Amino acid sequence: MDSKLAFYIVKRVLLAVFTVFLVITITFFVMKAIPGGPFLSEKSPSPAVTAQLEAKYGLDKPVLEQYTTYLGDVVQFDFGPSIKNRGRNVTDLILEGFQTSGKLGIIAAAIAIVFGLVMGSIAAVFHDKVIDKVIMVLSTGSVAMPSFVIATILLLVFCAKIPIFPSNGSTAAGLVLPVISLSLYPMAYITRLTRSSMLDVLGQDYIRTARAKGVSPKGVIFKHALKNAVTPVITYVGPMIAYILTGSLVVEQIFNVPGIGKYFFSSIINRDYPMVMGTTIFLATIMVIMNLISDICYKIFDPRVDLS
Amino acid sequence: MNKDINAMPKKNPLSLQLDLQSFEKATDEEKFMQQRMRESTTFFKDGMRRLKKNKIAMVCLVIVVIIVLIAAFVPLFYPYSYDDQLGISAGQASDASYNNLAPFEYGETELKRIEAGEFVFPHIFGTDAFGRDYAIRVIYGTRISLLVGFFASIIVLIIGAIYGSIAGYYGGKVDLVMMRIVDIIYSLPDLLMIILLSTVLKQTLAPLLEDTFLSKLGVGMISIFIVFALLYWVSMARLIRGQILTIKQQDYVLNARSIGASGSHIIRRHMLPNCISVIIISTALQIPSAIFTESYLSFLGLGVSMPMPSLGSLASEALSGVYSYSYRLIIPAVAICLIVLSLNLLGDGLRDAFDPKLKK
Repeated sequence: MDSKLAFYIVKRVLLAVFTVFLVITITFFVMKAIPGGPFLSEKSPSPAVTAQLEAKYGLDKPVLEQYTTYLGDVVQFDFGPSIKNRGRNVTDLILEGFQTSGKLGIIAAAIAIVFGLVMGSIAAVFHDKVIDKVIMVLSTGSVAMPSFVIATILLLVFCAKIPIFPSNGSTAAGLVLPVISLSLYPMAYITRLTRSSMLDVLGQDYIRTARAKGVSPKGVIFKHALKNAVTPVITYVGPMIAYILTGSLVVEQIFNVPGIGKYFFSSIINRDYPMVMGTTIFLATIMVIMNLISDICYKIFDPRVDLS
Repeated sequence: MNKDINAMPKKNPLSLQLDLQSFEKATDEEKFMQQRMRESTTFFKDGMRRLKKNKIAMVCLVIVVIIVLIAAFVPLFYPYSYDDQLGISAGQASDASYNNLAPFEYGETELKRIEAGEFVFPHIFGTDAFGRDYAIRVIYGTRISLLVGFFASIIVLIIGAIYGSIAGYYGGKVDLVMMRIVDIIYSLPDLLMIILLSTVLKQTLAPLLEDTFLSKLGVGMISIFIVFALLYWVSMARLIRGQILTIKQQDYVLNARSIGASGSHIIRRHMLPNCISVIIISTALQIPSAIFTESYLSFLGLGVSMPMPSLGSLASEALSGVYSYSYRLIIPAVAICLIVLSLNLLGDGLRDAFDPKLKK
């Protein structure tokens, strides 16, 4: 590993750490800017009770002190108690929800990458043939559909009209539709990305050399072309995780999946501010880390990229 | 003497006399060469010619124009309004027969009027759970979604263009600092920040906006614009900066600077007009992505405020009755997809037509 790459990685890691810090700061102060505090939305308790509640949650201290305390807690992965779910910790709720959401996200991401790469390569190899056009029409159509539209239409077709899958996402069979609705958009995107980079790669000289040497068509695609065509896809992995995570907030709500999105959705409606803050910071951190990894991988896998 | 008076006198090689041959009359052949064979084309004409050749983009353009015209003008003369609860009239008990009408059905009082020979405009898509005509709600929702997409893109364009061109033009330390700020905002998870900010803005802005004309627009809409202005301009700024950096090397910029033009004059007069193709393309592609975001936020209940509809909030409302009134979900969903798809394809077409790098 040369020093330029090491410098880049250090710079990128520092930026990521700073970003997470910024997210925490923004989240904290933005939440503090809401007038009335978190107890106002309930059946207006008496001033004495409010004061007691504020003392309990440390809300009577100066804002700056609250901020440093919160920052210290977050570093230790403690997001404080949930205000609406009595007696529950935000951290526990997030981890509980993330077991399902994480599973959902990983499956959706894996499906999107595998099918996207395969379909993109097929479209590129059969460029301008019928199969290429079919794949392109399908993927262009899918890119125009927000995840909640896909999810609601799937719900309508496969739960209401032709009841194949349960509409409740708490079972394994119930996760099929949420996974499809989350993976369709990134899959279509990766397909388009792979197709265009594959077409670019297939036109290069070293591919002609490989063909001239008598490498089989399969060998050319899998051994020579795919390796170089895959690098643009790596840069998309970070944004894809972000898309899947934010998409799952809605999709979980639609399919009743007991994941992080369900808590998030209800905490927005119920104004459970510690829960909103905790979930935002948690998800943002995952996204920043995934972006970091995909950026660094891109630089490692594609030495042509200028590091300056 | 038999001297041809038309012949040119011989030129003395050492004399300073002008070469008289260059004053000879032009021959017909030379005149012909000066004739313009074809009208010279401008950048826009050339781009439009390319765009017209692209059938998919033209079909999409027609679709977009039709949708825009419907969204803009149909609500003006449509007999129902988006927030009119048809079952409720002044001084009478509310008439539940208007709620949840199927397409082309009528409420009780309307049926009586039809029997009396009156013409009653049909409810093309029926009515919703509150007895509001659904067709006009979809049309109005389309209008809102398009407006959000358009204005959000304009905001992004203005901020991004100013920021990017300043960073690119001044370069050096200014550029470094400005671009680090862009890097940081770029790495923030935008949708999460949007959700957070709209949650908060909805609470904080509502009392501030009361009694102003902005309150009619709805807090949700305004917070969407604020959020776009805060977060979404960064990719536009990066793009413009990249363009400005290459344009800066051109001789005409040096020329303008040498005759004493100010920085802002050079940016406005010479540089931005030369990145116009990039600006058009990315603005065109920004509109569908803004519509996407708006529908997502409205679906979460953070977008436009009741009773104003947007395509996302219509889909969200329809979700509760999806088993009995599935068309109410499908109509706004199809509308979103159609708008986003045609704008995407039109944007691609514009890129193919106007991007100088793609010219063959």
